[in-house]
This record gives sequence, structure tokens and C-alpha cells, in this order.
Amino acid sequence: MSVLGWALPALPLSAGGLLLVAGRRADRAAPIAGLAVSAATLLLAAGAAVARPVVRFPLLAGLPSGMAVDGLSAVMVVMVAAVTLAVLVYAAGELSAREARARFFGLMLIFAGAMLVTVTATDLALLLMAWELMGAMSYALIGFWWRDPGRVRSAGVAFVTTRAGDMGLYLAAGCALAGTGTLSLGGQAGAADPWRDLIAAGVVAAALGKSAQLPFSFWLSRAMAGPSPVSALLHSATMVAAGAYLLLRVQPLLAATGWAATLVAWTGAVTALALGAVALAQRDLKQLLAASTCAQIGFMVLAAGVGSVAGGTAQLVAHAAAKSLLFLGAGAWLVALGTKDLGGLHGAARRYPLVGVAFGAGALTLAGLPPLSLWVTKDTVLSAAAGRSAGLYAVGLAAGVLSAAYAGRVLIAVWRPADAGTRDDTEQTGTRHIGLPQRLPLPVLAAAAAALGAVGLPAIAAGWERLLGAAGEPRAEPVELAVSGALAALTLTAVGVLARRPRPIAAAWTRPFAGWLLLERAADTLVTRPVLGLANVLARFDDRVVDGGVRAVAAAGNLAATLAGRRVEMRADRLVDAVGRAARWLGDLARRPQTGQVHTYYAQAAVLFAALVLLVVLGG
Amino acid sequence: MLTLVIFLPLAVALGLLVLPRLRDTAVIWVWIGACVVDLALVVAIWVGYDGGIGYETDVRWIPSVRAGYHVGVDGLSLPLLALTAVLFLACAVFSLRQTRRVRAFAALFLFLQTVCLGLFAALDLLLFFVFFDLSIVGMYFVIAGWGHGDNVRSALKFFLYTFLGSLVLLLGFIGLYLGAEPHTFDMADLTRTPPLNGSPGLAALVLLAVGVGLAIKTPTVPVHTWLPPAHTDAPAAGSAILAGVMLKMGTYGFVRIAMPMLPEPWRRYAWVVIVVGVVSVLYGALVALAQDNLKRLIAYTSVNHMGYIVLAVGAAGLAAGDVDARRLAVTGAVTQMVSHGLITGALFLLCGVLNDRGHSYDMDRYGGLARVAPVFAALTVVGAFASLGLPGLSGFIAEFQIFTGAIGSGTGAAASAAAVAILGILITAALFLRVLHRVLLGGPGELTGGVTDVRGSELAAIAPLLAASLVIGIAPRFLLDVIEPASAAVVSLVAR
Repeated sequence: MSVLGWALPALPLSAGGLLLVAGRRADRAAPIAGLAVSAATLLLAAGAAVARPVVRFPLLAGLPSGMAVDGLSAVMVVMVAAVTLAVLVYAAGELSAREARARFFGLMLIFAGAMLVTVTATDLALLLMAWELMGAMSYALIGFWWRDPGRVRSAGVAFVTTRAGDMGLYLAAGCALAGTGTLSLGGQAGAADPWRDLIAAGVVAAALGKSAQLPFSFWLSRAMAGPSPVSALLHSATMVAAGAYLLLRVQPLLAATGWAATLVAWTGAVTALALGAVALAQRDLKQLLAASTCAQIGFMVLAAGVGSVAGGTAQLVAHAAAKSLLFLGAGAWLVALGTKDLGGLHGAARRYPLVGVAFGAGALTLAGLPPLSLWVTKDTVLSAAAGRSAGLYAVGLAAGVLSAAYAGRVLIAVWRPADAGTRDDTEQTGTRHIGLPQRLPLPVLAAAAAALGAVGLPAIAAGWERLLGAAGEPRAEPVELAVSGALAALTLTAVGVLARRPRPIAAAWTRPFAGWLLLERAADTLVTRPVLGLANVLARFDDRVVDGGVRAVAAAGNLAATLAGRRVEMRADRLVDAVGRAARWLGDLARRPQTGQVHTYYAQAAVLFAALVLLVVLGG
Repeated sequence: MLTLVIFLPLAVALGLLVLPRLRDTAVIWVWIGACVVDLALVVAIWVGYDGGIGYETDVRWIPSVRAGYHVGVDGLSLPLLALTAVLFLACAVFSLRQTRRVRAFAALFLFLQTVCLGLFAALDLLLFFVFFDLSIVGMYFVIAGWGHGDNVRSALKFFLYTFLGSLVLLLGFIGLYLGAEPHTFDMADLTRTPPLNGSPGLAALVLLAVGVGLAIKTPTVPVHTWLPPAHTDAPAAGSAILAGVMLKMGTYGFVRIAMPMLPEPWRRYAWVVIVVGVVSVLYGALVALAQDNLKRLIAYTSVNHMGYIVLAVGAAGLAAGDVDARRLAVTGAVTQMVSHGLITGALFLLCGVLNDRGHSYDMDRYGGLARVAPVFAALTVVGAFASLGLPGLSGFIAEFQIFTGAIGSGTGAAASAAAVAILGILITAALFLRVLHRVLLGGPGELTGGVTDVRGSELAAIAPLLAASLVIGIAPRFLLDVIEPASAAVVSLVAR
């Protein structure tokens, strides 16, 4: 079955690569090609979910790599492929022929392919490869409209923030090798101390970064700069889901360390609460949905922390359906009406009823209203949390109330009749048209979002738990279900009542929530600016001190040469001159006897002979 | 065969100088032909190589000091020989539109190719040193003769600085020669029985000399400041060779000479190497982050990338660490040499395209180039992501092995150093995204209008380098299969 295992990720990855290489030449064919590949990928995913292929291949010395489809991966691959197809169908309708469609569909396919590798990888090396590739694709997709500097900056913030978390996976891989001698994802719970703690810390950092949990949440706000289909995919089945998936995958490791499970559980719960409040304070529909993504992913992270793999996975799948639906609906209105302002959208659902109904179903699911899916899945997670700590349960329940509140706000905003607040074209010029491809996926996703609650039925729940290897995990108690369902219904009613009184809730205390808890400003002040400042200081230090030292040595050499030239060289030269003069003088002296006259030579010979005789006589 | 590979370019260079009146284009096509043949021969050697030291030739040269013409290939040198052949071919193709003193330019590059190939194949210290010095001479003339800006001054600085390094290196080599019993310059003999085994003080001094000499060439912090001006003022092809091939001479020296011949002092001072590596990683990345000149920026990222290699070879010296992990680190280091050569070679050629059109490297004067030069933009994006270590491209395979090997060796020192060095990949990510933002994306800048897209010859030179990086990034086994036995040998040699 290894062919199937290879084909599943290879098909979207290679097709996406070809579309990118072909570039604008393929713009016309790109939507059809993208949909065909995506549909084929869904078939492959379904096949893989049944056949459970395993692929192993050598990657690094002694560290084989591989992909395998187990129960959790089977759920994930089908979900990823299905949501990708739905989103691409929508995108085929939204992206006009003027857009770089080959680039868009190519990037989306690689994005989905990378997610497929992420959820099937059996080792940290391959996981990290796919994980970071997904991050790079998110950069390219968020900055899809690259002519706008603001969007490019947003893409950069998203990539650098998630990569800051990714560093944890690099650390985890090294520690895994040290602790267990392998990079296998499954075996890390048994690593020796202190490596196990370091592995857990690295994995948790990477997952929280990718899933936009606190304190990384701000990048998801920036991710809204991309086209709506990008948001729909990035917020549901890929990217943010990858972090939650990873935590569910390594749940035994988290549990083995103890502290990591507690940390993860609380981070998830607090994110669900705080970002729920952020969502409630937004005035922009896409920003509201983005914050709600953080909050809903928080429940999955909480699930990984409290050991509810079945609940967390169900929450992940149900949320993927609901959230992709909501983003596609928001995108459809943005294209048609040119606005995503909650006030401006008053009446939008009535103008486009099909979108309105589907969107409404998604919003009610998000609210946790019985019997829709998120009601059940969230409570499964919360009942596991209740088993750990009453505090966690309380925070989770409060976060659930907030979800109902912001979902209610959205629902009422789009369904109330058009009024004085209704404004078209605040963002862009709307087309006043929602095409068939844009409408087509919405009812399907709505049905999925509603029906996935069936995993709460005892018979199905047992099968679901077996599939995920999570038998014996706590299920939602009827009492808890009743409490949370009632709370959701009550909250929705309260929001509806409040909405009748047109009094803005904008108060001083909502400002930090509207501004995403000022997380980005904090990151800017605490990290970005100091690092840039340090870089500038070091660059100057490099020029002036390090290279200045080299220049000083060179200058000193020059100076020494000059000195040698002026002082030492002159004296040495004078000495040489003096020797020369002395030699000339001696020469002159020696020349004097040589007169060329015979009598002088006789006289000299006589003197010399006399001296010789004298020497012999005295010496003898 | 190996000798033919080494001296074929030199022979062609002499032929070009002797043959009169060839037209400029004909000269370049002859140059390209020579590079293609040479690359084909290297590929043949790769295919025919079957472990150990292959294609060995050992001829008497200066018998009085036991120096010979001793060459051969193994898993450390073969990837670098291939890299050299590929990069020189890319530079030849890139220079198709060269008009300034073409014949001399081609001859000089062919000469440099012989020098670089000879260095990586050398198995004799004196031979190594001769090629090492000649590379400096050749590059001096490339920068001084065909550079731009303040090129004569930069060339002089480059020459004096790296020449000083080579003299220190020579001192070290003489120390190795004198320390060996019987005295010899033969690398194989010196590796078999490490010299100066009984005198740790002397051995440490020799390592200091060899280390400083190689560190200047690599370059590591703080002896790197010759690099940015040399790159900024060199012609594009010269920068590509300087960064792509010649920097590797330093790092190659570590794994070929310093580690196997001085194992005991290497182990003792491994922590110094690790510290220098980590400082180079972070310092290089941070200084690069603050640059406005694109070519200077890429030059500083070279300091960062070479830092990973230095970190890896340092970690490999910590004998307490796990053997397999240390092998992984050395394999990563050699992979990084190849990877950096391909990626930075491509990036410098792209800088050359930019300078050709806009006559400036100032990033703030460009902007929105993706609009007017989409292919150029696409290539630059791939190059930038490759350089920041994106999986699927070669840089990741190299850096992942270095980090995992260094941390996985399990020693606290190496693990914490590597953990700090991981910050380097975040900074490089930030700085390359800034490059993309300032040069390619967003609104147009003052020089954007004058930029035209890459021409056929430029594309033919740059795209294969990035394609090679992609192949290594996706299917690295063909490369790792060659490197791994050699890195295992290095690790066992350093553990003696």
C-alpha cells in the first residue's frame, strides 16, 4: 500500500509545484486543474483512511523517516482533503480571471499537501519539514496581493511569529536524538531526563505558535490580509489545526512530563476565554472570526492537556467544517457587498438567503447550541477538564458562554433587516453577485458542521474512540450537556435582547480586547525593536571597532614604513655613504704611489726590502 | 583522470591566451565548453567512486621535504569538487554578455577553477598551500580588474588580509611537518599518525596557527571584515566564486586537516571552536539584519552560515558526545558547504543582475520588482527561502543535521550552544523577508523602472543552482551517501 501513501501528499505537492512553475501561462487552466487535483486527493485520502498505508524511507543517517495513516491521521487526512476541496470550489468562483490564479491554486495545493504530510509524518524530521513548508506557504498566501505593503508586512509578521515557535521543534528534534536515539514521534514519552522535558517544551512552543495560542495569537489577526479562501483554509483544516493536531498526537509525552500537560491545558483554557473576549469586542467580521479561531482551538489544546484525544479531535473536525463555512460566507459577502464591517453587513443574510442560512447554521454551531456539533465536542473536552480541575472546567464553561455571545452577535448582525448602519463597499467595490461555485460548498459544510455532533451519540462515540485509540476517555455527561446547552441558548437570547437596544458596547475596558490584548505591540516593544536596535549597534560596532581595528593595524603598518623611510632609512643610507667615501679616500691613497715612473718604484722597492731585512733580523 | 579534471581548465586558459584573435563570444563558448567537459568528468568520477580514497595519484615533487603531487577524492572532497565544477560553469554561462577584456577574464576564471579543484583534491599540505595562495592571487585580480566601486582598495584589503591568514596557516603546516616523524607534508601520513602526539603545548600552538589561518579564510567572527567590501566591489561571478567555493577552503581545511591531524588539541579546545561558531551565527545574522546594501547583507549571511559549520565541527570534537550524533553534525557541516555554495552563488549572481540594471545595491532604491521582473523575483524568492533554511531546499537538510547532531550529542555544552544558535534561523528568516519586502514586493522604488527581467543566459546560470538546492532538499540521499562514510571517518579520527 505504499503507493497510496506516497501518492496522497505527492499529488497536491507536485501539481502545486507545476502550477507555480507554469506561472501566469496556466492562469486559465488553474481552477480546473486545482479542483481536479483536489478531488483526486480527497479520493486518495478516503482510500488511505481505509487502507492505512505505511511508508518508510531513509532520510538522514540512522534516522529513517516515514509516513503512516493511523486512526487520528485517517480522520485528519480526510478532513484536510475535504475542506481543501470545498474551499477551492469556492475560490474558483471568487478569484477573477485577472488574478494570478495559477499562483493561488499552486500555493493552496502545496499548503494542503504540506498539511497532509504533517498529519501523517511518523518522525520529527519529516514533521518539521512539512510544518515549516506550510508556514512558508501561509506567508505566500497571506501576502498574495503583494503590491500592498501592508499585506506583505502582515505576511512577514505571521511567518516570523510562527517560525519563532518552530524553533522549538528544532530543539525537540535534537533532544529527541539525545534522549531516545531516534526522532520517532511516538517514542518520545519514554525519553530520559532531562531530555523528555526539553522535547515537551519544544513541541509545546511550536504547537502554541502554529495554533496562535497565547501569547502568539496576534499573527492570526494579521493573517486576515490574505484572500478569504486562504483564511477559510488556514483557520480550519490547516496551519492552526496543525498545532492542535501535534499536541493531540504527543498527548502521552505531555502526560508523561506532568507539567507540560498542565501548562497546555491552562494555556488552551485561558486562550479560549481571553480570545473569546477579543472576538466579542471586534467590529470587523473577519477579525471576529479570527479571534474565535484562537478561542476554539483553545478547546482542542485544552483537550490535549487533559487527555481527551477523542474530544479534541472531534472538536477539531467540527470546528474545521464550521469555521471554513463562516469564512467562505464572510468572503462571499465581502466580494458581493464590499464590506466586512459588522454594522455594514446588517441585512446581508436577507439579501443572499442561501449564504445567510448556511452562515447562520455555522454561527449557531459556533455558539454551541444543541444539537449542533460543537456543543457535543466542547462538552466532551470540558468533562475531561472537569476531571482534572474545577478551575479548568469553570474557565472552559465561561469561554463557551463567550462563544455563544460572539456567535450571536454575528448572527444578529447579518440577519437583522437592513438599516441606517448598512454600508456597502467600505473595503472594496462589491460585485453584487455570488456565483454558483461560491454558493456550492456552503450547504455541504453547513450539513457537516451540524451533523458531526453525532459523535456524541453513545454508539458512534464508542466507534470514534476506538478509531482514535482513545477508548475509556471521559464522555460528556448528560448534566453537563444540559448545562452548557442551556447556557448557550440563554446567552443567544440575551444577546438578541441586548441587540434590540442600539447602544454601542464600546467602553474603555473593551479597548485592549478590540486591539487583540495589545499582543503585537508587546512583541514589537519587547522583541522586534530591541533586536533591530541591537542589529544596528552591532553593524556600527562591526564597521568602527572590528574593521576599525584592522584598518588601524594597516595604518600602523603604513606609519611604521614611513618612519622607517624617513629616519632609519636615512641614517642607514648615510652610513653606507660614509663607508663609500672612506673606501674612495683609501683608494685615492692607494693610487698615489702608482706614478708610472721607474725610479719611484725602485725607491719603493728599496724601502720595502729594507723593511723586510729589518723584520727578519729583529725576528730572528 | 583526477589530474585531467584539475588541469584541464588551466590548459584551456593557456590555449585561450596563446591562440590569437578569437572573438569574445567564441572565447566564452570555449570557456563554457571547458567547464561542461570538466563537470562531465567530475560526474564520471562521482559515478565511479566506490569508497575510501579514490582516483589517487602520488608523484614525487620536492622529495627533500617529502612533499609530493598527491591527489585523490573521498566523501569530503567529492561534493566540493562537484560544487566547484557546477559553480564555475554557472559563472561561465552568466558571463556570456561580458564585454570587458573577455579573454583575460575567461583565462583567469579557468585558472581559478584549476586552483580550486586542485585544493579540494590535494592530499599534500604543500600542494594544498600552493593552491590556497594561488586562489588569493587569482581572486585579487578578478576584483581589481573587473570590480566596481572602490574595487582596487577592496581587492588590496582582501589580498593582504587573507594572505596574512595563509602565512599563519603555512606556519602551522611547517609545525605539522616538523612534528611528524619522519618529517613529511603528506596528508595521508599525517592523518595516519598524528604529529606532536607527545607534546600538547606545541600541538596546541600548531592548532592555533592552522585554526587562525583557516578562520580568516572561512571567515568567522572576528576576522571576517575583509569579506563585505570584497563582495560588494567584486563582479557578480567573482562574488559567486568567492562565496560559493573559496570560503569552503577554510571550512574544508577544518575537516580535512585540523581535526584528523590534531585530534587531541582539537578535542581540548573544541569549546573555543563552538563559541566562535555560535558567535559567528548570531553576530553575522544580526549585522546582516541592519544592512541596506543587498550585497553586503548576503556577505554577512555567509558569516552566519559558515558559523553553523564551525559550530558543527566544534561539537564533533566533544568526545563525550554520542558518536552517531557527532557524525550527523559533521555530515551536516559538509552538506552546508555544498548548500551554501549553491544558494549564495545564486544569490550573488542575482545581485549581479540587479546591479547590471540599476547600478546600485541599495535596497531602498528598489521596490515592487516582482511587477517588472517576475522571473527575477521568483528566483530571488526561492534563493531567499533556501538561504533562510526552508525545508524542501538544501539549507534545511544541512542545518537540521547540524542542530540535531550538536544537540543530540548529549553534552550540555554542545546542546546549549546549538540551542542558542537556532535563534540564527529566526533572524535570517526576518532579514530575508525584509529583503523581499524592500526589493521585490510593495510599491515601486526610484530605480524600479529601469529594471528588466533576467535574460536567457542569466536564467540558465542561476536556475540550475537553485534546482540543485531543491533536489538536495527533497532527495538528499545521493549526496549524504557519499558524505556519511567520510564524516564517520573524521569523527573516529578526531576521537583518537
